[in-house]
Amino acid sequence: MHHLVIDRWSRGSSPLHQRDPRAKLAALLVFLIVLSTTRPAAQAAFAGYAVLLFLAANLAGLPIGGLIGRAALVLPFSATFALLTWWSGDSLRALSLAEKSFLSGMAALLLVGTTPLTGWTAALESWRVPRMLILVIQFVYRYLFVIAEQAQRMRWAALCRGSHKGSKTGSFRLAAGLVGVLFARSWQRADGIYHAMLARGFRGRFVPAAPVPFRSSDAVFFFTCLAGCLAVRILL
Amino acid sequence: MSRAIQIQGLRYRYPDGTQALDGIDFHLDAGESVALFGANGSGKTTFVLHLNGLLRGEGAIEICGLPLADATLEQIRSKVGVVFQDSDEQLFMPTVLEDVAFGPLNLGLSPDDALTRARTVLKRVGMAHALERAPYHLSAGEKKRVAIAGVLAMDPEILVLDEPTTFLDPPTRRDLLTLLRSLPQSKVVVTHDANLARALTTRAVFFDQGKIAGEGEVIEVIQRFHWEYS
Repeated sequence: MHHLVIDRWSRGSSPLHQRDPRAKLAALLVFLIVLSTTRPAAQAAFAGYAVLLFLAANLAGLPIGGLIGRAALVLPFSATFALLTWWSGDSLRALSLAEKSFLSGMAALLLVGTTPLTGWTAALESWRVPRMLILVIQFVYRYLFVIAEQAQRMRWAALCRGSHKGSKTGSFRLAAGLVGVLFARSWQRADGIYHAMLARGFRGRFVPAAPVPFRSSDAVFFFTCLAGCLAVRILL
Repeated sequence: MSRAIQIQGLRYRYPDGTQALDGIDFHLDAGESVALFGANGSGKTTFVLHLNGLLRGEGAIEICGLPLADATLEQIRSKVGVVFQDSDEQLFMPTVLEDVAFGPLNLGLSPDDALTRARTVLKRVGMAHALERAPYHLSAGEKKRVAIAGVLAMDPEILVLDEPTTFLDPPTRRDLLTLLRSLPQSKVVVTHDANLARALTTRAVFFDQGKIAGEGEVIEVIQRFHWEYS
């Protein structure tokens, strides 16, 4: 399951993992702003951004293949808009749309792959992002695991009863049924988890177990990222 | 002897109209352990979810002398530790240590104190070797121990255990029983396991269709309601 892997990645001890989540979040924001304002014609700049991300992934000790595979999950969504743009005759803009969404996905993955959930949500909180939005992020993240586990169990149960032997129409009907049941079961399970959290004093906020102080090295990290992004944006 | 739990006239109806609890009167003395028996759907789990305000029905509930109300909810949740039937629902943090520290952090302990307490409790339940492991990779018995540690870390006065031996093999059940017997807290144990009830509790209450059908010594209740399958 993807987010289980990311959870494991986020518990590393590389120099990037040790940076303050606020510094990493600020660097991500800078990267996204610079990336989104890059002209479609500046294809060398996109290559430059990719190099920056690969360097960071290497520094963090994250597997490049795993990162690319997971970042590619955003492509089906952006591809729809890219195709529409392509058909309207602007192929360069279409390409840049796909590149921007992929690189944005990579950058966001780098943040969550080097920062535990409690760390980056605490950083959002320190930036006065509305508590409700942070809670939604935290619960979606937690419940993804629940839903994925339920889906896997139901798939196994279906396979055990010979679901792989049916026709395509039958498979589609089965999948539709599974999604419905999955929703109901996940809701029940999520409700149980929420009860368990309340029973242990949850008051609408995940308290980070090991808050990291903001150090001068975090500031140096942020300004290095800022300089790198601007250099690529301006020079390439 | 002071009362750990005092309940009068508790009623609860689920939103779909099912009357799950229908006039429950119940008490638990400090230091006492009681078993809750009853068929599936008889209201036992619904009942225990009221003990720390997870469900709110009609009637009067007092925990360690505190009436259950919005203003006392936080205090009561620190006094009543609930160990749920399905440990997977209770273990939601990425590592065992963080999961056990979750409760103490919510109680307002500093991160250092919370982690120290978590380590101490994990050692007590025999899980000190698994601090950095992901909870979902543990065995059923280990998950149950970590779930109990997560509750003990909040230093509760009352332990509520919902089917604690479900999914466990006999040796693991035996180990768990030894652990539970060593804990000094008052206990409410929801169980179908007559052996566990005999070994862990002195009194039993039998639920039937949302009402208490009888109570008394464990053996007496088991015999009266034929609560053994052999």
